[in-house]
Amino acid sequence: MTLAMRVIPCLDVSAGRVVKGVNFENLRDAGDPVELARRYGAEGADELTFLDVSATVDDRATMYDVVRQTAEQVFIPLTVGGGVRSVEDVARLQGHGADKVGVNSAAIARPALVDEIADRFGAQVLVLSLDVRRSRRTESGFVVTTHGGRQETALDALAWAAEAIERGAGELLVNSIDADGTRQGFDLELIGAMRAISRVPIIASGGAGAARHFPPAVAAGADAVLAASVFHDGILTVGEVKAELAAAGAIVRADPRPPSERSESR
Amino acid sequence: MAGRKRVVVLDYGSGNIHSAAKAVEAAGAAAEITADRAGAQEADGLIVPGVGAFAAVMAQLTAVRGPEIVERRLAGGRPVLGICVGMQVLFERGVERGVDVEGLGEWPGTVRELEAQVLPHIGWNTVAAPADSTLFAGIGDERFYFVHSCAATEWTLETSGVFRPPRVTWAQYGEPFVAAAENGPLSATQFHPEKSGDAGIRLLRNWIGTL
Repeated sequence: MTLAMRVIPCLDVSAGRVVKGVNFENLRDAGDPVELARRYGAEGADELTFLDVSATVDDRATMYDVVRQTAEQVFIPLTVGGGVRSVEDVARLQGHGADKVGVNSAAIARPALVDEIADRFGAQVLVLSLDVRRSRRTESGFVVTTHGGRQETALDALAWAAEAIERGAGELLVNSIDADGTRQGFDLELIGAMRAISRVPIIASGGAGAARHFPPAVAAGADAVLAASVFHDGILTVGEVKAELAAAGAIVRADPRPPSERSESR
Repeated sequence: MAGRKRVVVLDYGSGNIHSAAKAVEAAGAAAEITADRAGAQEADGLIVPGVGAFAAVMAQLTAVRGPEIVERRLAGGRPVLGICVGMQVLFERGVERGVDVEGLGEWPGTVRELEAQVLPHIGWNTVAAPADSTLFAGIGDERFYFVHSCAATEWTLETSGVFRPPRVTWAQYGEPFVAAAENGPLSATQFHPEKSGDAGIRLLRNWIGTL
């Protein structure tokens, strides 16, 4: 394999501003998603994900401006999720510069949405986003949640992922609600279980707290790793994550290590 | 600005073409997004973008008389750059999910799903460009961003002869496939230069240099 492991910073955006504290030095405006996107792009981020957490329609409208400005300045792939409910939402986001869209609760409410988006735009545009929690109530031991993990659905996470892939999802963003915010590492069992049933790429999310947490996620079967607060809080840089991945034998783009430390040949 | 080359990004309803136009501008040309036939035919360079299914892209392209625009430009030696599915439709046919569709037929061969364990092929991959490539001149071993399931896995057009032979760049994902081709005024990339950071901008600058 020559494909590089992707490292993806995720920004929560509301009303055109980054929510959750961003703690970078040398940033003119730490709440400006466009400036943060530029910064992460320069650090070697392989993609960016914006999660629109706007509460109102007006706030949501400003997201399109943020997407457009980012796409005009940062020439790496941009995924936008949050509140995507229709084919029209996808068309509008793409028209403003999004390359991929994340779909979550709207697809749970109406699975045919996955088919509609994939039929119109192709599977590669559609990232199925899953907020997963461990549960004894489902066969696999993993259940799909909504509302940021506060509400449990009746859906077995693995069965839902398999169905969404069948319907046309081109990628899975697997976020562990159990691990999210703990900074104790990714849920490796969840990643492994998803890998076993998925023939589409898997983005692992939730739980990253240190550089050493990333290589096990890759070993468990992730094709990409996504993190938010460790980057925003200045605990880790994208480069540090890549150096750790590369040291563990993973292939990364823009390997930040000096040539003398690189063993693998590309 | 005087002297800047004019590039039209063909607007036929396909995906994120905004980024392509901005990347062209970052690479030093003036970009216009339009489906206007005269504009597309007369521009210094034409980019045919494309994401999604082969059949859908062909249908949309045909609706704006894209095949005719490309044909006329090539007949006049005017450069065309296909990107992603905009590259795939340049081949004779595409077979995707059992749907067999005729392409523009500028190049022989069939585009089909790659034989790989994980599809789509999403992410940054290496490419092997020939030494005399114009598109990859001075770019070295940079990675480019791919997002696709199908590709041309064979190149059968003569690569030597009295005319300048086509230059073919290969990549590997499950199996070898054509990552880029340069054939007279017609060039194409399976990856997205407009999403490939600095390396992609440099590639676009190299292409603009041929206009």
